[in-house]
Amino acid sequence: MTARIERPLSPHLQVYRVTLTMALSVVHRATGIALYFGTLLLAWWLIAAASGPAAYSHVQAFTGSFIGRLIVFGYTWALMHHLLSGIRHFVWDLGYGFKANEREALTWGALLGGIALTLLIWIIAYAIGGGR
Amino acid sequence: MSATETTKRSMRTPLGRVHNLGAAHSGTSDFWRQRLTGVAMTLLIIPVLVVVMMLIGRNQAGAAQILGSLPIAVILLLFIFASAWHMKIGMQVVIEDYVHSEKLKLASIMLNNFFSIAVALASTYAILKLSSGV
Repeated sequence: MTARIERPLSPHLQVYRVTLTMALSVVHRATGIALYFGTLLLAWWLIAAASGPAAYSHVQAFTGSFIGRLIVFGYTWALMHHLLSGIRHFVWDLGYGFKANEREALTWGALLGGIALTLLIWIIAYAIGGGR
Repeated sequence: MSATETTKRSMRTPLGRVHNLGAAHSGTSDFWRQRLTGVAMTLLIIPVLVVVMMLIGRNQAGAAQILGSLPIAVILLLFIFASAWHMKIGMQVVIEDYVHSEKLKLASIMLNNFFSIAVALASTYAILKLSSGV
C-alpha cells in the first residue's frame, strides 16, 4: 500500500458567504430529490386507478387526510419551484442572465413564482371541488 | 466499443481518450438528455396539470375513464418517460457528488436505475391497462 498523498483540497460550502443564488442552488437539488421519491405517489395513484375502486379509495383517503394533503401541497411546490428554477437554468445554459441584477431577478422570480403558482393551482383545485 | 479495440489501433493518447468524459464516463450525453427531458416536461406541465384537475373529486370509475382516453394516456406516458429519465440522471449526479466509496457509488447508481425504471414501468403498465379497459 502506498501512503496517501496529501493533496490540496478545494474549499467546500462552509467557507463561502451564503448568497441567494447559492441557497437556491441547494433548494433546486433538494426539490429534485423530493420529486424523485414523490414519483412513488404518482405511480401509486395510477396503479390504484388501474386496480379498482378499493385501491383507489385508499389513495383518496390519503389525499383527503391532513398529512396527505400537506405532502401533496409540498409536492406541488417542489414541482413548481423546480420547474421555474430549471427554466432559469435554461436561460443560463443559453448564455443569458449572468449580470448581478439579472441573476438575482431570475432567482427571485423562481422563488416567488414557485410559491405563486403553487397557491394558484391549489385555489383552482379547491374551486373545482378538491375540498370535498 | 471494447477496450482492446480502442487500445489496439488508435493514435489518441490515453489522456485524450478520457478527457472531458467526466465522472459518469459518458461525456456530455447525460447533460444533453437532462436538458432534453427538462424542456419536454416544461412543455407537458400544463396539459398534465389540466389532466390532474379533471380528476379531482372523481371516483375510480370516473378517473379510469378519463385516464384511459387516448390523448390523456399519451400526455401522461410522455411525462412519465421524461420524468423517469430526468430523475435518473439527476440522482446519479447527486450520488456522484456525495458518495465517494467506489463500491457504494456503483451500488447506489445501480439502485437508482432500478428505482427509476421500476417507477416508469409500473406507471406505464397502469396507463396501458386503463387504456385497454381490462
